[in-house]
Amino acid sequence: MKHCDVIVIGGGHAGCEAAHAAARMGVKTALITLKREGIGVMSCNPAIGGLGKGHLVREIDALDGVMGRVADKAGIQFRLLNRRKGPAVQGPRAQADRKIYREEMLSETECRIGLEILEGEVIDLLMQGDRVCGVVLADGCEISADAVILTTGTFLRGVIHIGNIARAGGRLGDRPSVLLAQRLETFGLPMGRLKTGTPPRLDGRSIDWSGLEMQPGDENPVLFSFLSKSVSARQIECGITHTNSQTHDIIEKNLNRSAMYGGHIDGIGPRYCPSIEDKIVRFSEKESHQIFLEPESLSDHTIYPNGISTSLPVEVQEAYVHSIKGLERAEILQPGYAIEYDFIDPRSLRPSLELKDVQGLFLAGQINGTTGYEEAAAQGLVAGLNAAHIVRGKEAIVFGRSNSYIGVMIDDLTSRGVSEPYRMFTSRAEFRLSLRADNADQRLTKLGLDLGCIGEDRKAIFLEKMEQLDRAKSILSTTTYTPTQLNAAGIGVSQDGKRRTGLDVLAFPNVHVEDLQSLIPELCDMAPAIRVQVEYDALYATYISRQANDVDALKRDERHAIPSDFDFASIIGLSNELKQKLVGARPTSLAQAARIDGMTPAALALILARLKRGNRAIRA
Amino acid sequence: MDTIFALASAQGKAGVAVIRVSGPMALATAQSLCSGGLPARGMSLRTLRDSTGNQLDDALVLTFSAPASFTGEDVVELHLHGSVAVVSSVLRVLSDFKGLRLAEPGEFTRRAMENGRLDLSQVEGLADLIDAETDAQRRQAQRVLAGQLGDLAESWRQDLIRAASLIEATIDFADEDIPEDVTPEVRILIDRVQHDLIRETAGVVIAERIRSGFEVAIIGPPNVGKSTLLNALAGRQAAITSEYAGTTRDVIEVRMELSGLAVTFLDTAGLRETTDIIEDMGISLALDRAERADLRVFLADSKEELGVCFKGGDILVHPKADMRLDKIDSVSGITGEGLSELVDRIAAVLKDRSISAGLATRERHRIAMERAKESLEAASLFLDAGTNQYEIAAEEMRVAIRSLESLVGRVDVENLLDEIFSSFCLGK
Ligand SMILES: Cc1cc2nc3c(=O)[nH]c(=O)nc-3n(C[C@H](O)[C@H](O)[C@H](O)COP(=O)(O)OP(=O)(O)OC[C@H]3O[C@@H](n4cnc5c(N)ncnc54)[C@H](O)[C@@H]3O)c2cc1C
Repeated sequence: MKHCDVIVIGGGHAGCEAAHAAARMGVKTALITLKREGIGVMSCNPAIGGLGKGHLVREIDALDGVMGRVADKAGIQFRLLNRRKGPAVQGPRAQADRKIYREEMLSETECRIGLEILEGEVIDLLMQGDRVCGVVLADGCEISADAVILTTGTFLRGVIHIGNIARAGGRLGDRPSVLLAQRLETFGLPMGRLKTGTPPRLDGRSIDWSGLEMQPGDENPVLFSFLSKSVSARQIECGITHTNSQTHDIIEKNLNRSAMYGGHIDGIGPRYCPSIEDKIVRFSEKESHQIFLEPESLSDHTIYPNGISTSLPVEVQEAYVHSIKGLERAEILQPGYAIEYDFIDPRSLRPSLELKDVQGLFLAGQINGTTGYEEAAAQGLVAGLNAAHIVRGKEAIVFGRSNSYIGVMIDDLTSRGVSEPYRMFTSRAEFRLSLRADNADQRLTKLGLDLGCIGEDRKAIFLEKMEQLDRAKSILSTTTYTPTQLNAAGIGVSQDGKRRTGLDVLAFPNVHVEDLQSLIPELCDMAPAIRVQVEYDALYATYISRQANDVDALKRDERHAIPSDFDFASIIGLSNELKQKLVGARPTSLAQAARIDGMTPAALALILARLKRGNRAIRA
Repeated sequence: MDTIFALASAQGKAGVAVIRVSGPMALATAQSLCSGGLPARGMSLRTLRDSTGNQLDDALVLTFSAPASFTGEDVVELHLHGSVAVVSSVLRVLSDFKGLRLAEPGEFTRRAMENGRLDLSQVEGLADLIDAETDAQRRQAQRVLAGQLGDLAESWRQDLIRAASLIEATIDFADEDIPEDVTPEVRILIDRVQHDLIRETAGVVIAERIRSGFEVAIIGPPNVGKSTLLNALAGRQAAITSEYAGTTRDVIEVRMELSGLAVTFLDTAGLRETTDIIEDMGISLALDRAERADLRVFLADSKEELGVCFKGGDILVHPKADMRLDKIDSVSGITGEGLSELVDRIAAVLKDRSISAGLATRERHRIAMERAKESLEAASLFLDAGTNQYEIAAEEMRVAIRSLESLVGRVDVENLLDEIFSSFCLGK
């Protein structure tokens, strides 16, 4: 039988990132997916990044992942969201050329050393007791492995709805994975059902662009990867149009024919990505909704009308689309649809994304109840790194809430589960001011170097940048200046007699490195990127130091791992209510236990006492 | 590691209250209270003063240096004279030190554990204590929430969730149809909460509570002599007494000092089934107040059948001692028999409590409100600075909400998202 160290099932965003991560760690990896051309396919809107999501892409890139670089090559319109707000909440976003993205992802994957692509459908897992030891393909071929990562997205019992027509499918045009779903059922994992939708695609040549407002990208595009220097694809503009009262009338009249409103779907959909039906019902007072007309590719004419996802019958989709300005004669290339699918309650996962009850089996991506390419890719990365560690017999790599959005997401998923498709927002990160898109490399690349997942190019660039940053910071912090000196240099400070360093002064809003040049001439030859970085760091310095105690406490709790067979019920002194919550949630660390509602330090002390006693017993 | 402080209950040492400070700043803090000169380890008799030099108390100050201390960190114990006012002012002064904060329940134990200062059986022996602590807190919280502060706290919660969600919406949904300038509404909400906080912390309400002190409910079946007992305790005719059952229709309060503690006695309507609507109202009011009181004196032959739970520390005395042969554990308001024993028992229980839950909770709330007030002030300033500092305003809001957690309950991102999704049509 053929053997690989790590097998990744699924070539979507989670699967690609997982396979690359495992291969970068140096273990022999196979990526098994239905179709080679399906690698890197974007099921929905071809856009990458945004708020929270852009942060995730930067973090993936900081660990030498692929998503950022591929998105930079495929980007046809870049916009930095929240440009007018503080740097902590700015998120890079790009409209991507669907075709370039797929091709670039495929070529990256084909070129990766230690990574093999296999076409086929995985229909079963090979088991050895509670441990997964390989997969079975539809053609009967078996492959053994030390770790398996499952990233099948919406393919588990996927059902596609267009009006009252429902059919099985993992995506429009793709079959669902029925046999694999049956195997998963035998594990007795808690599962749920979610739904999502997508708008009809339009032919750009049939749209009347003349009267529409156009939105260009940023003049100075902000890219995703710390390695990218400039955009490579031609840049385009997006159109903007609006729904009107006629559109709303059509939709209202046909609500009972929508799969979602006709009672055909019971999965829970995301509130931040409602269908047009939803918008009209829930916000009936709104007379019009904005629609962005986003080209999907430079090489074909498909337009993605962002804002009108739907599960109405095709003829109703046609009618309401035609009621919209500019779309009067628009031709629908592919109807909008809703999809319902199974997900596995992520509370059954460890922070490494390995299942608590099935050794060697990792889950990543939409299968864990998330939505979005970036969320999927970030999980893939975590699963890939950890699968490699399992192969090597090393301990789990845990991302924390204090070092990354990746850590925030994994902790949210594994400790709280999901009630609707989970998407990243910056407001989910309590340490948002330090988890910025601009400093993702400072936060994570060092960790990546220690793990061994960073390539030589990135290593060199990173070390050079860190050296420059250190130098800049030391120049700015060695000398202190009196208010008189500062005022003389044109920086307004109060005459409080306090001496300040350059960094202290940069913490004032509206003070920039230029303003200090006359005082500190060495600053003149500081690279622009380094200047910006120093300014951003200084801007939040007081807040970050204020949070330092919280961060320390959190890290301390994260270090106390709770074994999976830990017996919460027998701890004397915990209230029954708390015991029940603990038994239900099965926290894997003291930090997770601390996030349970009603938990007190006293109760944590009791758990800790038991943990320590447990450890001692093992050592004895 | 931050430095924490709290009132450590001084069991069996009536009259002395111990405040414990643990962490890297413990010694420096104590030095500043005592105007310097404390040894790193030892026992000193000192006058404590606040930053403006006002005398707080003469205290016995015990210093321990890491790692040989209860928690394994630098620890200072301030043994105070125990009056409620003194303890509360020392806590107040401590809370004003930068970098110091009130300990969460069990936090000293937790630190001691982490630093290997407690053996594991000792920790597990604390289990009972933890239960009691949690219970005492729950009772306190219920009382706060049933009272006036509870209504306020609920309105703060709603205002703060709304305000924070507006700011977060402009941050996380910048590319959507959201009103660009949410400042006016946020400002109104913050100002409203701020206004309440200023009033509450200005001391009117809090001081009132500290002054009004403990509530002790006297309960029992009709006509057993509750009102007569109360009159005897108060030494004046406070409640109307008559020989007909059911005369005391309202809850009557009598305030007095009992061994230095402020105590409010509640005379509740006789507890019995009735068809009289007014009397029935009186009874349900009585039951309610009695449940929430710090202590209940059951003037009855048994603790059952009164419709009120007999909780830990509650006192059962038999009524009408003057008419009994066996006078053990009984009291008479008419002759005064058993009265001073009863007063001693009540005082002993309350003394013990004054050092734990009640005062500590009030002080915790005050500190929480002060911190929240500061953060909201800062949030307002950053809002004024315009959208480019919204994320900092949001951070200050987050701190404010966290500070008020003990009052308004935990607010997490899901609450904000709920508010955002119900008020804005999002999703392109
Ligand atoms: C209709 C639709 C609308 C969406 N709308 C949005 C949206 O508006 N916003 C948003 O953020 N996200 C949206 N998403 C979600 C986003 O596309 C996904 O979250 C993301 O692509 C998930 O990545 P993944 O890697 O988990 O799964 P996918 O990208 O779905 O990849 C799954 C892969 O597994 C392979 N596979 C499946 N079964 C097997 C098997 N048995 N053997 C081998 N290979 C197999 C498939 O070929 C595929 O390559 C939408 C998805 C769909 C389907």
